[in-house]
Amino acid sequence: MAEFFHRKVERNAIGFVLLIIAAASVGGIVEIAPLFTIDETVETVPDMRVYTPLELAGRNIYIREGCYACHSQMIRTLADEVDRYGPYSLAVESQYDRPMQWGSKRTGPDLARIGGKYSDVWHAMHMNNPRDVVPESNMPAYPWLARTQVDASSLSAHLTAQQALGVPYTDEMVADATRDTLGQATPDSDNAYAMAERYGEDTQISAFDGVTTSVTELDALIAYLQVLGQLTDAAYIDTAAPELPSDPAAAGAAVDQAEE
Amino acid sequence: MVAGLTRAERQSCLFLLTLVGLGALLVAVPGRWDPIGVHGLLVILLCAATAAYILPRLDLPEPVEDRSLSYYDDPIKAGIALTMIWAIFGMFVGVWVAAQLAWPALNFDMAWSSFGRLRPAHTTGVIFGFGGNALIATSFHVVQRTSRARLAGHVSPWFVIFGYNLFCIMAVTGYGMGITQSKEYAEPEWYADIWLVIVWVTYFVLFLRTLARRKEPHIYVANWYYLAFIVVVAILHIVNNLALPVSLAGAKSYTIWPGVQDAMVQWWYGHNAVAFFLTAGFLAMMYYYLPKRANRPIFSYRLSILSFWGITFFYMWAGSHHLHYTALPHWVQTLGMTFSVMLLVPSWASAGNALMTLRGAWHKVRDDATLRFMVVAAIFYGLSTFEGSFMAVRAVNSLSHYTDWTVGHVHAGALGWVALITFGSIYTLVPALWKRERMYSNGLIEVHFWLALTGTLIYVFAMWNSGIIQGLMWRTYTESDTLAYSFVDTLVAMYPYYIARTIGGLLFLIGAIVGSYNIWMTVRRGIPVQEKLGEGELAPAGAVPSPAE
Amino acid sequence: MSFDYDTLTAFAKSWGLFYLLAMTAAVLVYTFWPRNRKKFDAAKTSVFREEDRP
Repeated sequence: MAEFFHRKVERNAIGFVLLIIAAASVGGIVEIAPLFTIDETVETVPDMRVYTPLELAGRNIYIREGCYACHSQMIRTLADEVDRYGPYSLAVESQYDRPMQWGSKRTGPDLARIGGKYSDVWHAMHMNNPRDVVPESNMPAYPWLARTQVDASSLSAHLTAQQALGVPYTDEMVADATRDTLGQATPDSDNAYAMAERYGEDTQISAFDGVTTSVTELDALIAYLQVLGQLTDAAYIDTAAPELPSDPAAAGAAVDQAEE
Repeated sequence: MVAGLTRAERQSCLFLLTLVGLGALLVAVPGRWDPIGVHGLLVILLCAATAAYILPRLDLPEPVEDRSLSYYDDPIKAGIALTMIWAIFGMFVGVWVAAQLAWPALNFDMAWSSFGRLRPAHTTGVIFGFGGNALIATSFHVVQRTSRARLAGHVSPWFVIFGYNLFCIMAVTGYGMGITQSKEYAEPEWYADIWLVIVWVTYFVLFLRTLARRKEPHIYVANWYYLAFIVVVAILHIVNNLALPVSLAGAKSYTIWPGVQDAMVQWWYGHNAVAFFLTAGFLAMMYYYLPKRANRPIFSYRLSILSFWGITFFYMWAGSHHLHYTALPHWVQTLGMTFSVMLLVPSWASAGNALMTLRGAWHKVRDDATLRFMVVAAIFYGLSTFEGSFMAVRAVNSLSHYTDWTVGHVHAGALGWVALITFGSIYTLVPALWKRERMYSNGLIEVHFWLALTGTLIYVFAMWNSGIIQGLMWRTYTESDTLAYSFVDTLVAMYPYYIARTIGGLLFLIGAIVGSYNIWMTVRRGIPVQEKLGEGELAPAGAVPSPAE
Repeated sequence: MSFDYDTLTAFAKSWGLFYLLAMTAAVLVYTFWPRNRKKFDAAKTSVFREEDRP
């Protein structure tokens, strides 16, 4: 039967193609489809917030420069990673990341919880020339970021696109994206207060690159780096992630390693 | 190349060029304030230049002979030339980025040449530029010979080859301007992705129509692999690249997949790009050019069928082994690991099949560098698939992931398997295609072989060392239960290996340049083939066929 | 029937295995079917036949 069937389809190349599709697509469907029952794949946490327009602009610079080639944003459930970088990453923390930037290579350290670890000034110096603050570093310098303005007026369109994909931006956030961008980089201004009201009091408002008269790409990138790992406290609260550790064996292995 | 087309076909070329040019204009005008406008302009210029080449040749004499009585090899020749150009470009950028890791000043503080923008130019250049062109060119050759039918079209092969290279050019120039999705191995933005779908569907239809013309009842197994490559890459590309552009006048888009789902989709794509781009297609080359060159039939045809279905089925499950110990649900990780280990069976079946083909004929491998390219490729295929299954095991992956071990593994596959099988196939194909007695210089093939092998070994050993050392340093604790090394400590330990890796890559690049020179001279000065051999027949390695040894 | 996480994973885990076994059996039967031997032997050597024109 099988033999007859195969000879049939093989004489007809289109049948053969269908057979290839049938054989090949199963694995993907089985592994991917269940993940879209999102409630059970991604933890629900009440305090998870969206990126501000400035942080989103910073994220887009991170994407533009291909930072994923050397930096991961995914702390694994291993003892040494938790000791080095902080609590392991939860699915919810990259819930609004399109695309995700988990990465696959650490030529530089993981950045999932880099937010708040260094000052804005440190980041500004580091981006201008990494070897000024870390002499052994092999990271490229990004001096042009401080010289390039962020196109704040375009960000409203970006928020609209994100909104269309299901990120919970309110219409108000979309409408005031330009003002919020300026506000976050200009402490103690009216725009800053308005922005904090929309995105929460914990949102970092700072001069970032040290200059308040203009919003540069360096402002945006630092704002993004400083919010990494800060969008929710879930990872720091044991009960926030009932499903995790996702792997009891791994947790055991992690403990074993810690004991070595 | 225009001489082989009828007047009507030349006109269709011009019509297509106009159409594409107009399409580009629709992008270029509204997008003039965005990098997408640069690409629009670039496409218009390329279309105009091609049209300017064809237009004065519109009234050249049409081909008089019955074209259905011969194979259509002009597009293959162009494909081979493009393969070698991309090889040199992609490998040069590879050596450059490798050097940047050892000497970061080598980006000269320019935006376009910083590591993050050059690295995808390297991966795109070698995978899609070098590998993709080699696959398309050889698939056109193999499908015609094994089906005993001429390509089903005269304009569409050119559309596929030039359209595909246009995609590669848009990708690589885009990174320099900061146009990227930062989805690993799928960096080009939405409009380039849509263009690739158009080209790929044309390729698929052309391949199927050529198969439909075949005079053989059975489809030779190499074509199965090419078909799987074409079909599955289309599925992967479309699903992974579904995105919403911010504006039709801008390059930027947001992928529809968020966070953890994106991670799964991306590695489902990424790993199967390895499977169906970098494995299936190159196995197709192996199953045709290796028997041809060795002048011995493949050891077991049945085994080739079994491993075909094994690879087609198993690979699709394996992607999640890139996400061990992450926020991906645990059962998906376990599935990925299980199937990755099972993959070893069909993979080694293919490698073994290739090596067994040469049983009793190893003297040919000693004497013929072209055959040796393919044999060593099969050995590297066996080694790197074993390594891959090993690294997919969670415990091993906890050490190897995020380190240079992964990079070393990829290059064992990419240099040792993909590039070597390609060079072996090209050295077999070029004399046949240009109707030469043999390659211009056998000595230069030897030189290329040893440069490539030495370069690969230096590279892989350097990355094994650096990866394992760094992985171990990251997890080393002091007696007082604190981490023994800061991240920077582990980076400093990497520098010697980064330099060694650069040297390995440089040797490989020099080999590719030597090979290109050899091919160029074969085309220019090669000894034309004698009548008795029959045009287009591949010259076997040994003069005497020895099927019954 | 609701398409929740548990249903989908249970389905994937059970029927995925069944599919794998069925598919393996089908491929093995095809490959070793005695009548196919001649075809495969012919295919094996088909690449060596005269091929300067279609």
